[in-house]
Amino acid sequence: MAVTGILLVLFLIAHMIGNLKIFFGPADFDHYAHWLRTIGAPVLPEDWYLWGQRVLLGAALVAHIWAAAVLARRARAARPVRYVHRPKVQVSYAARTMRWGGVIIALFVVYHLLDLTTGDLNPVADQRRPYANVVADFAPERWWVTLIYVIGIVTLGFHLRHGMFSALRSLGQQTPRGERRARSAALVFAVALCAGYLVVPFAVLAGLVG
Amino acid sequence: MNLTLRIWRQKGPDDPGRMVTYPVTDVSPDMSFLEMLDVLNEQLTLAGDDPVAFDHDCREGICGACGMVINGVAHGPEKATTVCQLHMRHFSDGDTIDIEPWRAKAFPVIKDLVVDRGALDRIIAAGGYITAPTGSAPEAHSQLVRKADADAAFESAACIGCGACVAACPNGSATLFLAAKVTHLSLLPQGQPERMTRVVGMVDAHDAAGFGGCTNIGECSAVCPKEIPLSTIGRLNRDYLRATRERSGTPGT
Ligand code: SF4
Ligand code: FES
Repeated sequence: MAVTGILLVLFLIAHMIGNLKIFFGPADFDHYAHWLRTIGAPVLPEDWYLWGQRVLLGAALVAHIWAAAVLARRARAARPVRYVHRPKVQVSYAARTMRWGGVIIALFVVYHLLDLTTGDLNPVADQRRPYANVVADFAPERWWVTLIYVIGIVTLGFHLRHGMFSALRSLGQQTPRGERRARSAALVFAVALCAGYLVVPFAVLAGLVG
Repeated sequence: MNLTLRIWRQKGPDDPGRMVTYPVTDVSPDMSFLEMLDVLNEQLTLAGDDPVAFDHDCREGICGACGMVINGVAHGPEKATTVCQLHMRHFSDGDTIDIEPWRAKAFPVIKDLVVDRGALDRIIAAGGYITAPTGSAPEAHSQLVRKADADAAFESAACIGCGACVAACPNGSATLFLAAKVTHLSLLPQGQPERMTRVVGMVDAHDAAGFGGCTNIGECSAVCPKEIPLSTIGRLNRDYLRATRERSGTPGT
């Protein structure tokens, strides 16, 4: 869980930084998107690096989901008779929603790929003009797209809040003081990542990017 | 005070079990929760009914025998308190109280609120010990231990093996118990010879017993009567990672 999660988080950071290029204007953003296809050139043919990264991330994602499924099945098997009286988990909303939150994020990723990678759900759907795709996506009259992105990203934020702390613990974080630090770092990181992602749709919505 | 109890009754391991409602009257706020159940059992015995079976021994919060889930919380509403040390003044007249046994596959119900916690013993047998010469106690100063390590080891040594961590864990995992035992022994010089085989053996025994896997939720530590800190799980993980890397070089696995 921890190792695959960290790989996915590294990608999330790079992806967020890339997204922010949108504030430098269409030429910069489209150029950045094109550059992604040419990483590794001239050693690698076009798109090879990109596909390599996709395969790696895909494998990490599959392993992450597989590990989660094993844990969920073990949890179910470990308590065959349920409690009659069971109040909500005392500790944290984020920890309690890891599994369903993960499912929501997976669905969101599918939607996001169909929207901005393949273009099937995008009104412009022009692979060479990602800037135009993004602007069309978050136009005010398509408010529900923004809503889907907000739900997806906020769910991701909760997932990361517990996930980051939990990953550090799995890798051996071992003192109470370190635990407090790890929890705050996870919270700050989750909020920063959410903000970094959400600023794009809201900037389009507010007409700052158009 | 007068209370309504809804108690899990189960005649034996094969009985499906059910919640049964009992009124109890004239409960003193100074009674402990177990004394309140003693009152109920006297009533039941006089009426010719089967008394409610529950586990207990020291009744002073040190043996780890007692334990039940009260209104969905292992050992009841008071923090850092076993059910034998829980007093009725924390409840109010007219309350309805739900009482259930620890629920876990590895803790089969023997009768009513009594479960078989032998799985915890099997985890201990898989490595929760040290090889020490028996005989007279060694000179206390002959082996030095850093104060910080001694304190952390002592804190973990307070685990009484009650199993509340398992009962509270949404994953049905005994990782806090496991982590307390591993932390206790691996922080002390006496625990070093078996340090690596211990953690691997105990984790394997834990998984084999049918406990779930830890996802660091923290419900365990919140109900633990001895307040074993969640961070012990990090020490367990660290030892486990090291042991699984070094395992080939460790004799006697
Ligand atoms: S860790 Fe706490 S809750 Fe778990 S068995 Fe030990 S004392 Fe009981
Ligand atoms: S009876 Fe010994 S701890 Fe409660």
